[in-house]
Amino acid sequence: MDLSSFLLQQMVNAIFLGSIYALIALGYTMVYGIIELINFAHGELFTAGAFIGVIVLTALQQMGFVETHFVLTMIIVFSMAMGYVAVLGVAVEHVAYKPLRTSSRLSALLSALGMSIFLSNGMMLSQGVSDRPYPQVFGIEGIEFMGARISNGQIFIILLAFALMIGLQLFVHRTRLGKAMRATAQNKTMARILGIDIDQTIRITFMIGPALGAAAGVMVGLQYGAVRFDMGFIFMIKAFAAAILGGIGSIPGAVLGGLIIGTIEVMWAAFLPSAWKDVTTFTVLIMVLYFKPSGLLGLGSTEVRV
Amino acid sequence: MTTSQAILELTDVHTYYGNIHALKGISCSIEKGEIACLIGANGAGKSTTLMTIFGVERASQGQIYFNGQPIHDLKPEKVAALGVSQTPEGRQIFPRMSTYENLEMGAFLRKDQAEVQKDLEWVYTLFPVLKNRMRQLGGTLSGGEQQMLAIGRALMSRPELLLLDEPSLGLAPKMVEKIFETIIEINKTGVTIFLVEQNAHMALTISKTGYVMETGRIVLTDKASALLENEQVQKAYLGE
Amino acid sequence: MIRQELKKIAIYGFFLVIILTPMLGFRSTTFEPGRVLKALGVFIAILVVNMVVKYVRSFKKPDTVKKAPWTERIREQINRVPKIYSIGGLLALAFVFPMFADNYMIDVGITCLIYVCLGLGLNIVVGLCGLLDLGYIAFYAVGAYTYSLLNLTFGLSFWASLPIGIVLGMIVGCIIGYPTLKMRGDYLAIVTLGFGEIVRLVLNNWDSLTAGPNGLFGMKKPALYYPAFTEDGFTWITYYLKSLPSMYYFILVIAILTIIGVRRLDNSRIGRAWIAIREDEVAAELSGVPTIWIKLLAYALGAGFASVAGAFFAAKLSYTNPNFFLFMESCIVLCIVVLGGVGSIPGIVVAAFVLIAAPEVFRGLENFRMLAFGGIMTTMMILKPEGLIPASRRRRELHEDLVSAPKD
Repeated sequence: MDLSSFLLQQMVNAIFLGSIYALIALGYTMVYGIIELINFAHGELFTAGAFIGVIVLTALQQMGFVETHFVLTMIIVFSMAMGYVAVLGVAVEHVAYKPLRTSSRLSALLSALGMSIFLSNGMMLSQGVSDRPYPQVFGIEGIEFMGARISNGQIFIILLAFALMIGLQLFVHRTRLGKAMRATAQNKTMARILGIDIDQTIRITFMIGPALGAAAGVMVGLQYGAVRFDMGFIFMIKAFAAAILGGIGSIPGAVLGGLIIGTIEVMWAAFLPSAWKDVTTFTVLIMVLYFKPSGLLGLGSTEVRV
Repeated sequence: MTTSQAILELTDVHTYYGNIHALKGISCSIEKGEIACLIGANGAGKSTTLMTIFGVERASQGQIYFNGQPIHDLKPEKVAALGVSQTPEGRQIFPRMSTYENLEMGAFLRKDQAEVQKDLEWVYTLFPVLKNRMRQLGGTLSGGEQQMLAIGRALMSRPELLLLDEPSLGLAPKMVEKIFETIIEINKTGVTIFLVEQNAHMALTISKTGYVMETGRIVLTDKASALLENEQVQKAYLGE
Repeated sequence: MIRQELKKIAIYGFFLVIILTPMLGFRSTTFEPGRVLKALGVFIAILVVNMVVKYVRSFKKPDTVKKAPWTERIREQINRVPKIYSIGGLLALAFVFPMFADNYMIDVGITCLIYVCLGLGLNIVVGLCGLLDLGYIAFYAVGAYTYSLLNLTFGLSFWASLPIGIVLGMIVGCIIGYPTLKMRGDYLAIVTLGFGEIVRLVLNNWDSLTAGPNGLFGMKKPALYYPAFTEDGFTWITYYLKSLPSMYYFILVIAILTIIGVRRLDNSRIGRAWIAIREDEVAAELSGVPTIWIKLLAYALGAGFASVAGAFFAAKLSYTNPNFFLFMESCIVLCIVVLGGVGSIPGIVVAAFVLIAAPEVFRGLENFRMLAFGGIMTTMMILKPEGLIPASRRRRELHEDLVSAPKD
């Protein structure tokens, strides 16, 4: 494979991985934008989505749906995973974050951390320590172009991911509730004075953000063939790096950040020893936080919030 | 004690910030359709009063009635739904939403889209410059424009009572005049106005009733015209 | 009021159930509600107790509500006993413990004491200085690997390696601390987490230096040297601490020294500077506190204590491995600090024993260990953020709503 098609292949992989990171990063950025809290449990919500996906998909496969009604299967799997995790997200918010809204940052962070540990171990207990394989849904067929190859699975996932991202952007900019979310993120007190129900707005944020993470979880399972109870951790860090890189609180920023992180990871693994690729991501994260914490599409310092 | 004409009535309201006793028994009664003002020095508790009325700060003691209905226990969202609007201190524009969207947010609780459009047009006639800045982000507007936007946004909910917190703060004198003229115009359409101001002179000029506040207490209540003549008031607040 | 509280508990309980559902095992057709019901029961019990306490309190006259909570009253009772007796009693207990405990229990005791040291060290960073360090375990690793490498490569004894380990740990502490100096809480946590993971990954991947995931083994135990007189004159006898009880006493001494050290720091000018920074960094800076150096000092000292613990840990097992230093370990230490009471020395000591010994005592709950840690952290933050045995300063700041008034 010559260099140009090799690079092209890497770009394909980068876009694929980047879209997934972007979806997870959106969850972080939305939650942080509205309550200024890093939702440590987000990684676990992502994993939960993946698990629901595998459970539903396995059931559907046993019933023989997958071959006959592919699109319907996908709709069911994704909706159920996203739906369940949306409820789970609201639950986590209500139990662990809401009581601490007026408390110190430290308390809320520790509570989030506790939730993360609780959920990941809960899943370990119920789903086992080892990998849980995903049924094969996509074959290895794909499209070849210019020496690079993109599988059907990758195409499907990338398209779905972008559809979700566009959907989110539309929601946030065109609908009443979406605008309420933006308003709440920008000035909570003023939003209340205008009659916006903050609790409800936050709840919706905790439905949408985690749901997107869940979709990413299903996608990861479909593509990489297996899920584990602790896969949330590393995805969480990377997605968080993406959210910060793009500018925390900014939706296009999260997408951009996701794609960049995906590209960095793929490019590193392509040319350098891949055992160290996670160290690279961590280092990138630290450098971003040190040099430009407001990120690329930064919304300015999040310290000063009117 | 609720007069049939009183749109807003506060009785012995106390508010605390932690251990700090910010409002020490505030009582006042605003007539429907009037412009009333609350003047006093910095730190006297004027903004706290408005925030307590709206429920953003909780009154630990005392009652607040709006059109005869008790609102002292209500959350701000509910108070807004009753027909009260506020332009808080510092304007509080949504910086990353456009002028149009800011105004839209003002009408958040309303369902009658056609009427909302009409009100939007009215706001544009009150503040023509906003129409030019329709698509611009709120954070990029000038101080005076933001103030106009804040008032316009507050009007979009078709409030019965409009609370204005320091609308003249940081504005050039010409702009201040314009704002106050507009306040009078708004009042003519039937909106009751409760104005908190440091610029005592302008506030008392356009108001019917005036309240003077000092360190958490209302120390003087009178017709605004009388307060303008009042020696103490002149010395303390009109002496610029 | 009861009805309102009950309704709140019902809603809360409903959401708790949802959170607990990931614990239901859905394996094809079976699922096990038993676990979920048990966990739910525990949480509901906690909430009900909390509600009952609030309800009972509401009946008291307003000024009695201001009376100190029960933990404070217990504390007062304990303080009545002259310190000599209470602390002396505890020390005596600690010293005689190995005599009537079997090897297994002594081992648990050693582990508890190691975590006491770790908890106290983390307390310096999190508790006193207010810097949420999620990568603390990295310093533990540095201490462990320093001793291992120095001993295996150069044959340096424990005592010779220890100072090097401490210095190295402190340097790493400064390196990790430096980028975080200007950061806020959330970002600081993530950065320290990142560093912790980087250290672990480096240890794991740098095969040529650290033998990677295989770990290092064969380190010698620490030794005591004492003089003896023989016919030829005067020699030093090397006595290796090989037995478990001797290890126990060794770590006990280390733990006691750590406690004393942290205590002195707490009451020193440095300690007060840390607390000033935790409360209000800007004000501290304006009062002349050199915040940068003081914060780095916090990291460095915290790292130093962890390095000592790490060196001991490696020596005791004669084995070390990157998997001993996972992020989860940082969380466990953090949980100890949180449960015991941020900034509270007795609290942390107690919490270390409770959290480490309890799973050993209730053997059947081994699987639920980490689950419990997570649940404890969240629950403590919501119900009793000052910890079980609060540091006296902390309780005041967390239970009084000292919000500053807005400018008017």
